[in-house]
Amino acid sequence: MELLGLYNYWVFAVLLMIGFYAVVAKRNLVKKLIGLSLFQSAVFLLYITMGKVEGGTAPIFPEAGAAVFSNPLPQVLILTAIVVGISTTALGLGIVVRVKEEYGSIEEHEIQEIDER
Amino acid sequence: MNALAQHLPALQVVVPMLVASLVVLLRPRGLAWAAATAASVLAFAIAVQLVQAVLESGPVGYLMGSWPAPYGIELKVDALSALLLLAVTGASVLALVGGRDSLDSQIEVGRQPYFYAAWLLALAGLSGIVVAADAFNIFVFMEISSLASYVLVAGGTDRRALPAVFKYLIMGTIGATFYLIGIGLIYMMTGTLNLADMEFRIHAVADQRPILAAAGFITVGLALKAAIFPLHVWLPNAYTYAPHMVTAFLAACSTKVSLYVLLRFDFLVFQDNLTGHAFQFTAYLMPLAILGILVGSAVAMFEKNVKRLLAFSSVAQIGYMMLGASLVTVAGLTAGIVHIFNHALAKGALFLAVASFATVAAGLRLDDLRGIARRMPWTFGAFVVAGLSLIGIPGTAGFVSKWYLISAAMEIGAAGLPLVVIILVSSLMAVVYIWRIVEAACFAKAEDEPAPSASVSPVLVAVLWLAAAANIYFGLVPGLPLTLAGDAATELLGHLP
Repeated sequence: MELLGLYNYWVFAVLLMIGFYAVVAKRNLVKKLIGLSLFQSAVFLLYITMGKVEGGTAPIFPEAGAAVFSNPLPQVLILTAIVVGISTTALGLGIVVRVKEEYGSIEEHEIQEIDER
Repeated sequence: MNALAQHLPALQVVVPMLVASLVVLLRPRGLAWAAATAASVLAFAIAVQLVQAVLESGPVGYLMGSWPAPYGIELKVDALSALLLLAVTGASVLALVGGRDSLDSQIEVGRQPYFYAAWLLALAGLSGIVVAADAFNIFVFMEISSLASYVLVAGGTDRRALPAVFKYLIMGTIGATFYLIGIGLIYMMTGTLNLADMEFRIHAVADQRPILAAAGFITVGLALKAAIFPLHVWLPNAYTYAPHMVTAFLAACSTKVSLYVLLRFDFLVFQDNLTGHAFQFTAYLMPLAILGILVGSAVAMFEKNVKRLLAFSSVAQIGYMMLGASLVTVAGLTAGIVHIFNHALAKGALFLAVASFATVAAGLRLDDLRGIARRMPWTFGAFVVAGLSLIGIPGTAGFVSKWYLISAAMEIGAAGLPLVVIILVSSLMAVVYIWRIVEAACFAKAEDEPAPSASVSPVLVAVLWLAAAANIYFGLVPGLPLTLAGDAATELLGHLP
């Protein structure tokens, strides 16, 4: 079952698409942001998965001879990406708060109507 | 001085980034602006130094913390980066120096220190993308610059900027995440993030599917960021409702920096490694470039808001740059890269002029600008010069890049003729939309002559004329951008047979 053996990647793809769907299809700005967050989290999973070696441990100098290591670099990279994701979500929520203050709504179509008036 | 000189590539990013954190503390009015301007001027001086170094002795490399290249983080400034650095830092200096009053009136006083900090972070991020030689660093700098520019766009008083910036944030983040997926897939196959190393190692795995998927993800993600038609929908509103000086700064450089990364990846990393990549690149991007040129110009012809009109014209101009690149010849690529620089000059000057109009006119619809030429002859003069450069009249910078684009199209033979026709037609469309503004400003009579209100600051007019003069200067003496663009094109295509 090679196809199912790579189930992490399947989860990655499904999560990515769920997030993307929410971003595109939802009209509520907060729901869009939740989708965006999910979309970014899926990529974290991709990175973590590619660094994993079956039976591998943390890459700390072993006491007894050679050991199998997982690749730590993707995890380091994804730490940075997580920080980026948090900042984006925080800024996005900040903008949503301002939108609510100015327009009194966070529904995309209602905002559009107000602007066209 | 010499000891400092070798750290210039790092200082290019570090200076604005450090000053950004200090600027937040400068509460007294005007001080934050002064510090931000000083940092921008310093960044511009560094960029000029780097351009000189590149012209004299080729690419300037820098190893962060002296760790050797594929393991440590490398910065590299070559001809293409040098040209972009000049545009980015130059635009920041002009917009800040000329924009003091305009920004002061559009940004709440208490928020100004934060605003200028965001401005410097955007500058640091954009310069960082350009100097980085490491795929993941490019991603991080891209996000720094994007997050900062969302703040800049939303920083003004116009509430319509908020939905616009939300859209910009969503699409920008999707673009950056696609790029992240792409470099993840490449890292999976090659185990490296350094661009030069990546190019070398990708040979062995070029036929594997993850690399193909990566090429797709990276191209689409960066096309979103660069607002290549039809992924440009975030751009018009974001540019229209942003504070005027922010528009001048971002329109001059932000999409072009993403385009730069796209060129870097598609030409250096993928081009000679993936079979048929050159064909795919042309077959997919050339139609998009042509559509972008035609649709962008056509919409601009019917737009009523001057800023929106110029924003749609930007979509068309990005099409020109893509068109040059999609020819996949040295001449075409040179034309595309020169146009990056020349369009930054023209559009930067145009948006500075619009900012100047905005201080006097009631609004920025065409009707609001009626008869403005008589009230602000100097601003209007500079606007016309920059407009001529956008159209591509001989003697201006815009002419040089269009001339090169047309000769590059002729070079590929009979297939190039339709391209020449398209370039000419869209230039005529540019004549139409610039003329509409000129007509309104010059010949239309204002219904009721409004009382002369706030006058425009002489500094802004001086800066505006400096930008307009640069359009003429680089039209008559195009040596510098042409040399850099030519070098960049040969470098990007160097490995092709």
